[in-house]
Amino acid sequence: MSGLREYMAQEERITGGHRACTGCLPMVSLKQALMNIKDPVVVGIATGCMEVVSTIYPYTAWNVPLIHNAFENAAATVSGVEAAYNALRRKGKIAKKIKLVAFGGDGGTYDIGLQSLSGAMERGHNMLYICYNNEGYMNTGIQRSSATTMGAWTSTSPDGAVKLGKQQLQKNLTEIMIAHDLPYAAQADIGHWKDYMKKVEKAAAIDGPTFINVLSPCTLGWKFPAEDGMSIAQMAAETCIWPLYEAEHGYRKLTYKPREKKPVREWLKMQGRFRHLFRTEHEPMIEELQRQVDRRWDLLLRLCGETP
Amino acid sequence: MGKRVAMTGNDAAAEAMRQIDPDVVAAYPITPQTELMHKFAEYVADGKVSTEFVLVESEHSAMSATVGASTAGARAMTATSSQGLALMFEILHIASGLRLPIVMPMVNRALSAPLNIHCDHSDSMSCRDTGWLQLYAENTQEVYDNILMAVRIAEHPEVLLPVMICYDGFIISHTMEAVEILDDETAKRFVGEYQPKLQLLDVERPVTVGALYLPDHYFEAKVQQARAHQTAFTVIQEIAQEFTKLCGRSYDYFESYRMEDAERAIIVLGSAAGTAKEVVDRLRSAGERVGLIKLRVFRPFPHHELAKALGRTRAVAVLDRSIAFGSIGGPVYLEVRSALLDQRERVLVLNYVYGLGGRDIFCEDIGSVYEDLRRVIEMGSTETETIYLGVRQEKLEQPVHIEV
Ligand SMILES: Cc1ncc(C[n+]2csc(CCOP(=O)(O)OP(=O)(O)O)c2C)c(N)n1
Ligand code: SF4
Ligand SMILES: [Mg+2]
Repeated sequence: MSGLREYMAQEERITGGHRACTGCLPMVSLKQALMNIKDPVVVGIATGCMEVVSTIYPYTAWNVPLIHNAFENAAATVSGVEAAYNALRRKGKIAKKIKLVAFGGDGGTYDIGLQSLSGAMERGHNMLYICYNNEGYMNTGIQRSSATTMGAWTSTSPDGAVKLGKQQLQKNLTEIMIAHDLPYAAQADIGHWKDYMKKVEKAAAIDGPTFINVLSPCTLGWKFPAEDGMSIAQMAAETCIWPLYEAEHGYRKLTYKPREKKPVREWLKMQGRFRHLFRTEHEPMIEELQRQVDRRWDLLLRLCGETP
Repeated sequence: MGKRVAMTGNDAAAEAMRQIDPDVVAAYPITPQTELMHKFAEYVADGKVSTEFVLVESEHSAMSATVGASTAGARAMTATSSQGLALMFEILHIASGLRLPIVMPMVNRALSAPLNIHCDHSDSMSCRDTGWLQLYAENTQEVYDNILMAVRIAEHPEVLLPVMICYDGFIISHTMEAVEILDDETAKRFVGEYQPKLQLLDVERPVTVGALYLPDHYFEAKVQQARAHQTAFTVIQEIAQEFTKLCGRSYDYFESYRMEDAERAIIVLGSAAGTAKEVVDRLRSAGERVGLIKLRVFRPFPHHELAKALGRTRAVAVLDRSIAFGSIGGPVYLEVRSALLDQRERVLVLNYVYGLGGRDIFCEDIGSVYEDLRRVIEMGSTETETIYLGVRQEKLEQPVHIEV
């Protein structure tokens, strides 16, 4: 892994001038991922904020080849690119070693694109799939996805008189991907950027299907001041609502263990989307979320061979 | 040169694919396309093709992977039927919008509900505005020939559009017929080495594919696509002529069968044309002035050529194997009627829907259509109502669900 100075000196694979919000961390997740792959890359991306802000014709922020096909099929599309790459390489039409990368938002990965992703991983295509998880369908106006934290306000899970934000617990996609018996699957957050970089480097070095789920706060959807994103991402790991770990063929390992596990309310209170939960009558919802976080953390520790 | 062999339509399609030897084929099973891919899988397993065979988890992914492969500079194919095509619908538009020369055998089968695996044209007809070219085959020979020609049409640098090769499920896909196969060398030389214009894998010259077009650019991109369909008109003929030189079989937008001096004509596409020819022969030997137009190219639709071919007739019947629900007639009828609208002498046009869900069509059915045409010529007018050929009137009240 390079140091900060080397990173700064690198030619950017995604340039500035795109139209992401000020303080958009999903874009940072994409940029930094590509900085940690040594080989030339070819990228596939799902429909979503990142695609829409970066490819407005006739401009593009991408200095590397990019294909956007549709919302739910980034993995299937890159499967085809990989098949083409293998065929053309075998026939001597391509000599260079190329790393194939797919990016999808949580909507395009946890929900509508899960089948496509599962299929591609099962078939063992040589690609690194990175889900930039901003916990909602941001491009279409901040709707809930199965990645959205329980209790969060979204446009389709408002805090109403009888229902308080999103009713269901977040889907555990990282575990679903680990169950695919991948040589490498990991969970990261953009706030712990060194940890994330290491994971990208590790995943990209593997010839085979690999997956990283990177929590990437969205200033607009989570309702926080643009400059707070990195600390919010870090706090997710500190509260253990978003543990940092990796798995090689199912053998899980924590890559970061908070010295002292913070209460989940510390994370919630940093974001406007949870504001309604702090009205006294709604305190039980926070307690319920805490119980669920504790339960999942306990299980993960055991799976990682740690003592809870 | 070539050899004559007995083959099913699916085997002939697989044979054409073996000779094309695409870089990438994505596949997902659906009746009646399955045997095509079984056969192709054998070619892959026996090393008779050098194809990367991607066995995806759905047709949506089959088309998505094909789009990815084609963008990457590979000659890429897939094949499907019915529900599979319906599942691909979203990506069909993307394949044509990105101007990818994908070739796809499409074995016609009815759409659910009710569930039915037999032939009609509801599947391909409901994709008629996806921007794909559509060729239809009457028999196994045409399946084989159309697939080879489709590669050339699709990849023509001024066309660059995907092509669907449609053929009737079971009636063609599963029926043994004598087919003349080109020898490998001739076929391969005809198809040629693919020279991709778009090469996503060229990392030295990065390209962004599938960008967002706002209202100031989108319209032009779509009009370019429409123009490519117009160019395809010419290219389809050029390629057909080149093909004829190889094997003597000639192809056009449509086949005019005994149309000289015909005053009554039927227009049909697919295997039913064979049955109709039989009826035309019988009526001709009885001295009746009847003919047949068998459409081969449905997209782009040959309006002018068809108007010319039908201009001298007095009445024509269009036989559709699908319904355009809520419309004045079936998809083929709508096109033919529009094509004939500018004729100085009015041509009466009747619409028939036949053969849905694999209902057989018999010579008597077609005979009755020529009879109807005679009647409307005598009356000098037509009713615009669609006639359902071979439907059982007494069953029209049957319940939709099984009531136990
Ligand atoms: C089949 C289909 N359904 C719905 C949409 C509309 N749509 C486009 S992007 C998007 C949300 C994307 O959410 P996510 O994947 O989380 O990415 P984000 O916008 O949050 O970056 C939706 C619903 C679409 N483009 N295609
Ligand atoms: S809405 Fe969120 S994800 Fe989209 S560009 Fe803005 S900050 Fe980034
Ligand atoms: Mg999202």
